[in-house]
Amino acid sequence: MEKIILTDEKIKSDLLPQKFGRRGMIWTAILIAFCAVGLFAYIRQLQNGLIVTGMRDYASWGIYISNFVFFVAISLVGSLITAVLRLTGVHWSTPLTRIAEIIAVSAITFASLIIIVDMGRPERFYNLFLYGRLQSPIIWDVTVIITYFVISIFLLYLPLLPDIQILLGRKENKGLHKLYKFLGSFWKGTHMQFRISEKAISILCVAIIPVAFSIHTVTSWLFATTYRPGWDSTNFGAYFISGAFLVGSGAVVVAMYVFRKCYKLENYITDMHFDKMGRIVVMLALLYMYFNVNEYLTPVFKMKKSEEAFLNGLFIGDFAPIFWSAIFGGMIIPIIILLFKKGRKPLPMFVAGIMIVVGAWFKRFLIVTPTLLHPFLPMHNVPENYKHYFPTWEEWAIALGSLAGALLIITIFARIFPIIPIQETLIEEHEKAQHHK
Amino acid sequence: MNTNNTSRKEFLASLVVSGLALAGCSSKGNPFDTGGTDIKPTGEKVKLLSVDGEVIEVDKAFLKPVPEMPAVSNNEARKGIPGKKFVMVIDLSRCKNLRKCQEACNHMHHIHTDLNWLKVYPMEEGEHTAPYWQPTTCMHCDHPPCVKVCPVDATFKRQDGIVLIDADRCVGCRFCMAACPYSIRVFNWEKSDMVTPELAAQPYSCESSMPQKVGTVGKCDFCPDMARKGELPHCVSACPNGTFFFGDINEDSVTNGAETFRFSDLVKDKAGYQLMDDLGTKPSVYYLPPASRNFPFEKGLENEKGKS
Repeated sequence: MEKIILTDEKIKSDLLPQKFGRRGMIWTAILIAFCAVGLFAYIRQLQNGLIVTGMRDYASWGIYISNFVFFVAISLVGSLITAVLRLTGVHWSTPLTRIAEIIAVSAITFASLIIIVDMGRPERFYNLFLYGRLQSPIIWDVTVIITYFVISIFLLYLPLLPDIQILLGRKENKGLHKLYKFLGSFWKGTHMQFRISEKAISILCVAIIPVAFSIHTVTSWLFATTYRPGWDSTNFGAYFISGAFLVGSGAVVVAMYVFRKCYKLENYITDMHFDKMGRIVVMLALLYMYFNVNEYLTPVFKMKKSEEAFLNGLFIGDFAPIFWSAIFGGMIIPIIILLFKKGRKPLPMFVAGIMIVVGAWFKRFLIVTPTLLHPFLPMHNVPENYKHYFPTWEEWAIALGSLAGALLIITIFARIFPIIPIQETLIEEHEKAQHHK
Repeated sequence: MNTNNTSRKEFLASLVVSGLALAGCSSKGNPFDTGGTDIKPTGEKVKLLSVDGEVIEVDKAFLKPVPEMPAVSNNEARKGIPGKKFVMVIDLSRCKNLRKCQEACNHMHHIHTDLNWLKVYPMEEGEHTAPYWQPTTCMHCDHPPCVKVCPVDATFKRQDGIVLIDADRCVGCRFCMAACPYSIRVFNWEKSDMVTPELAAQPYSCESSMPQKVGTVGKCDFCPDMARKGELPHCVSACPNGTFFFGDINEDSVTNGAETFRFSDLVKDKAGYQLMDDLGTKPSVYYLPPASRNFPFEKGLENEKGKS
């Protein structure tokens, strides 16, 4: 294979943020349209109350909460790619760090927003700070999510500073120079600054791992601290974490494919990267499957009376089509695809990534709602529609709007900043060149 | 039985007096304000029990009917009634799903029939066991799972055992609803037409749980506003079959209005139990098993028609 020589100048011009093309414009317009419809639906919800949703007293949590769990899950990948791989001395993941980190930041942003959307009294959000009680898992969640958000922002921002300096030195993107100056004009690239930044990143990489574990473990405890069938599980923390790493990695694979295609980054996100990510995804999927077996098959073996209706609902009842689609589509088929070397090529990886992400979204729905529809006491003395749950158009619009919003943040970020770290790529290339000499 | 009756009277009298004392503290509706000096003592004395347990005498002319007592402040409502520990006993052998309890509760709390705080469940333990009707209120657990998870202290446990909600503080996250294994909590998904504009204009009272507010959680409150007046919760007095008993575990007495029992005897003799106590929630509601029932289960099915 012909080796393309990457000069500094070529790297810089390849990786600079580019103006939206026709497709980029259409894509952005679609995302904005989805956000606008979601916003309109939310205004309706504010005016009329949560009655506009399909939620009622039994299914008192619906797709807002499952969407929240999905966002928190996907955000964990930031810590995996940036911190875990960095601390274990893996270098090939450098071009993927920023993709993972922006996914983390946008996902955690919308996780926070969607939880406010779910509140009956969003205008009282400040009560959490005025009257917050430490024994409530919600307060733990608020605390760790804010911490995770702050660390993630820094892990996105610090490695960006040298790139901002590069951007400021170019003629392209003149219109954005004001923003670049505001964000990074203090960065002169001195030896001292690099040292401080390196040190800060190392500390943050260590700090973010326990915080990442905490955010998703605590999110799982929102369920596991209750008595309900399907939630009353000691397996939940590990089960959630493994699922989170899987869906996050799936999302990174999808983003890798899309960015590579749209920005012509074949020299930077190579087949090697897909192959390695593919191996990671298989490992994570197998791990998640292991926890799924623990989560579902041990209760099935016992078939406790209180869990029977719930488990039957998942395995052969109303929720069975979604359940089996999520298990096969979101786990087993991707594992089979990625076990083969040919399956770890970009396109099949992209397909597997999409399956994992979509499967994971529905899996979160299956974790939240079926349990609520199987209470201990009969569902009685309530209107008929309380006994089922199907989201209304407002809920779909808001949930899709939040997903579109997260994608919009990523899209706009990639328009303003280089999605592959330029400075780090330069360093890597120089090191490679040194090795060859 | 006689001693029981005396203690019940004392219980009520002390409630009235403490109520008077409380009302006396507020400037409005002072029951000791005789409205000037035009009231002449009649010389006829009435014996009353003071808050300290002393018997005191008051001239009859100064006695006035207890005015509508102002609701205690929400800060006061968080503390509860000192010295009390409320308890309910529900005799399953007396219920025929008439749901007068539910009607009275809904009416008195201005809640919609879709959002019943009190539900009557048709229960059947196993395939070959007899079905029965189970009225279900809030269990007012001593280890309330709902209170544990509330992030803002909007739902709280008082020293008298009652679990209440401050609808002015509730953020509507519905974690308490997910946490309650009895599923007794309801959510105000929309503005209720049962809450009249006049009622809506009133400040929210934790003890009466009124007015219910959109976007917040509601539930059975054991009617502490009634207890302060020395009266029984609405469900208890509404039941024509005397299914519900209410009282104070410290006084060891419960009553349904017509009959009064020693609580410990009642629960012992009739093998009382708590609902799902294996979960460790320590409910304040006790059930008496549906043995030797007054009505066949089928009788209750008639009351299912026309209602959800």
